[in-house]
Amino acid sequence: MKKMHIILLVLIAVSIAVLISFLKVASSYDSFANAKENPGKFMHVIAKLDKTIPLEYDQLKDPNFLGFHAVDSSGTVVKVVYRKGKPDNLESSERLVLEGKYKDGQFECNNIMMKCPSKYKEDMNAAQKNIQSTTNSK
Amino acid sequence: MDYIGEHLVPGKLGHFFIYLSLVSSLVATLSYFLSAQSKNIETATGWKKLARLSFITESISVLSIFIILFYIIYNHLFEYKYAWQHSSLSLEFKYLLACFWEGQEGSFLLWSTWHCVLGLIIIKTAKKWEAPVMTIVSFAQFCLATMIAGLYLFGSKWGSNPFELLRNSGVLDNAPAMHLEMDPSKALRPDYLSFIKDGNDLNPLLQNYWMVIHPPVLFLGFASSIIPFAYAISGLRKKQNGVSSAADWIKPALPWTLFSVAFLGTGIMMGAMWAYESLTFGGYWAWDPVENASLVPWIVIVAGVHTLLIYKHTGRALPATYLFLILGFVLVLYSTFLTRSGILGDTSVHSFTDLGMNAQLYLLLYLFLWGTAILTAKNKDQKIYFSVSAIILLLLSASISIPAIAFVSVLSGLGALCYNIFSQPSLVKEEEKGSSREFWMFIGSLVLFLSALVIIAITSVPVFNKVFNIKIAMPEKIAHFHNSIQIFVAIIIASLSAIAQYLRYKQTGFSFFRKKILIPFILSVIVASIVLMFGEINYTQEGVGFMAAIWIAVALSIFTIISNFSYIWLGIKGDIKVAGASVAHFGFGLVLLGILISSSKKEVLSNNINGIPVALGENENPLENLTLIKGLPTAMSKYTLTYETDSVHPKKQQWYYNIRFQSKDGKENFVLKPDAFINYKGNEGLMANPSSKHYLTHDVFTYITSLPNPEKMTDTTKFKNQWMKEGDTAFYSNGFIILEKINSRDSIPQPGFDPTDSATAATFKVYSKYNTTYTTDKALLINKHGQLESYPDTVFAEGLVFKINQVDGNRAEAAIKDSNSILKYITLKAYKFPMINLLWAGVLITVIGTLMSMIRRIYQNKRSSLKA
Repeated sequence: MKKMHIILLVLIAVSIAVLISFLKVASSYDSFANAKENPGKFMHVIAKLDKTIPLEYDQLKDPNFLGFHAVDSSGTVVKVVYRKGKPDNLESSERLVLEGKYKDGQFECNNIMMKCPSKYKEDMNAAQKNIQSTTNSK
Repeated sequence: MDYIGEHLVPGKLGHFFIYLSLVSSLVATLSYFLSAQSKNIETATGWKKLARLSFITESISVLSIFIILFYIIYNHLFEYKYAWQHSSLSLEFKYLLACFWEGQEGSFLLWSTWHCVLGLIIIKTAKKWEAPVMTIVSFAQFCLATMIAGLYLFGSKWGSNPFELLRNSGVLDNAPAMHLEMDPSKALRPDYLSFIKDGNDLNPLLQNYWMVIHPPVLFLGFASSIIPFAYAISGLRKKQNGVSSAADWIKPALPWTLFSVAFLGTGIMMGAMWAYESLTFGGYWAWDPVENASLVPWIVIVAGVHTLLIYKHTGRALPATYLFLILGFVLVLYSTFLTRSGILGDTSVHSFTDLGMNAQLYLLLYLFLWGTAILTAKNKDQKIYFSVSAIILLLLSASISIPAIAFVSVLSGLGALCYNIFSQPSLVKEEEKGSSREFWMFIGSLVLFLSALVIIAITSVPVFNKVFNIKIAMPEKIAHFHNSIQIFVAIIIASLSAIAQYLRYKQTGFSFFRKKILIPFILSVIVASIVLMFGEINYTQEGVGFMAAIWIAVALSIFTIISNFSYIWLGIKGDIKVAGASVAHFGFGLVLLGILISSSKKEVLSNNINGIPVALGENENPLENLTLIKGLPTAMSKYTLTYETDSVHPKKQQWYYNIRFQSKDGKENFVLKPDAFINYKGNEGLMANPSSKHYLTHDVFTYITSLPNPEKMTDTTKFKNQWMKEGDTAFYSNGFIILEKINSRDSIPQPGFDPTDSATAATFKVYSKYNTTYTTDKALLINKHGQLESYPDTVFAEGLVFKINQVDGNRAEAAIKDSNSILKYITLKAYKFPMINLLWAGVLITVIGTLMSMIRRIYQNKRSSLKA
């Protein structure tokens, strides 16, 4: 066997080991119900902002603390706590990918990804708003 | 029906040129193919003539489409959906280009335009390689043309046409006011266009000058990756036909590969600069799938450059060269699929919006893989076998829509292509020596390639989720996961780029190597020790092991920098013509060092609890936000920050905040102007743009994270009235106020005032409990024609409002309101990035070095063709 073949095998083995270690640390997309059952387990939950319950955010008291309620696809509502301030566009997003773990009755979130309504829908809304305003002004 | 005010001519012209480009690129593909296949010189030349004519027609069409679309955007012809969707009247001229390529159609057009330019250069210079290479380029042009065709064929829509009219796009269908009798089921009213007053505007995050320049350069990089690919495919074909020796194709392919490395690399790093300056994740690289998708082809093509050189000098590593150059372009296609199909939806913050072209994007990848596999098949039997499998698999994927089948089908195309690459007999039988340059270069290329595979595998998790119906998500610290792997890649690559130039091809004498590398090695040890001792690189967040790895990587990147710099004198005696590689590796060392230092020494400046008391909960680790009250100086690490003024853009809801940074030692005093779009297009919330102060050694970087909530701004507190004399004291929640002076005047030198009118001004001095004092004298009471008019004064920092209600001799009735709701405040984050300039300078030098090598190779090729 040539030197290069041995090196190749070693490198490929390392790459595979890396990918396996990725699978070991990888998390999963899950629901709030499962988050409640496995407190402390890091997971991604796709949810919506529950607009019926007001947000908790007061910059003057603590600019880092954000509390809100989110509802997942099965309808479970959970209080979410995020300690990195308030992300842009939280209210206008139609879907949130929440990354974090359930702890002490709330979902401690490390990262929030906002998914805004698709451009197309947004255009429709904008067009309609625009048109309504023109008709109202008449 | 005729509609009032529409400009239909540009759209009709545009449609015409799109169809012309479709047809001419198809004719070019076929005639180039026939020219390449033909054994007879005369027929080959005949086909080539037709092919050239068609490709030139194609280029003119694409250029015309480009110009017409820009004309539509420039003139704000909102009857076209593209202009309406991506631009607006308030957009500055420079951003009209940015909105040109905001949409998928425009960016495909950009790509296609670059193919035309590169194709014309190939026609001019490639000689016998023109026909086979241009077959592939023309075919790519045909595929790109279908992306913007918007044709209905076989019951589905192919491509998205940028000249689609707004009224045909469905946007207006549900808007009653646009229709006759306000009924959406009725026809559109003829004067509908008069209601469309403005376009939808360019996404505010893209309103940045980097967005004007980053996409063209990146797409030049993407477009150029097809040329090495086409050469590799042609080489693979030619060799099997026995027409030409295989070594031939690498000569012209080498400068093109270097070109691709330079421009793709620049494009990626310009995107990083945009992210750094315009996005608010606080950095230039976030391992976002969209970023990875363009980085991975670049790494693979870099590996390809190195194996090309190995092959050129030693005849080894040919299969790897084929693999890397072919995969480089295939990965560009794959990244196109990833970023444009919407499959990254849950993992990426900035992919394109889904245009419903997934099948077409998939087909692009499928056709290129299977097409080239068939093209490069060894013999007729294999060609037939591959063609039949390709068709069967395609039909299967199309009829049974199971993602796994589509996935396996496209992967088998790759497998067939790899079979063709590796089934060739190897040219050199004996083993390379451990002391040879090519041995270590090859290891470096392998490491690069495998690291690219690891990155793309992780980036492809959403694809695997879809194919295998699983739900894997990124781990908690995905950036750290990537970093902790790539740091070892960096260590290996840095060591190899430091020493490999000092090795000779084939074999190196140990004493020669030792003699040459000794000086740079000793110098590096000294410099690295100094940097590590005094550089305070103490990145302990991820444990000691990771910090040790950072230290090793820092030391080795310094070794790379010094050894490549010295090589220009020690190795090539200052001959700048051949110094391209040394310069590029020198720059690459700077890039590595810049990345290591700027990310491991990044400091959160707003990580601070001075100023406003913050309720500290447990586990509240990253307290990165700080609230500033207008006019109130607030301490933040070594600075005192004051939110001084704000202003609004005259045409849009874009607010600018002037924040003064004063260092406590008095040495620095500057104003940063972060801005934010507020309630943009009626969407609640803000979109922030950072601002930074650049120093040679570091950047101070800040952006707004939050603004007061208007709902909480309703003012419920009332004025408290109190009769005061000069020197009297009033108390408020945060301290006390002294009425310093009451100043009344009888005759006011202003028009419109009678001699009997009077004005009273009061001067208040505020003593807050934080020992700050404010003096203010703008509270006015004017007695005009017997009417009292009171003008209030405010001290924003303390939330105080002053008024004078009435005056009686030396006494005045002062009204004082003490309320949080009048406070103007912002919340921001601030970072310090040290040595970021090292990274940018390193990128520039790497690109220059790569281009120097490219120019040298072009000259070399010219000389050798003159000799022949």
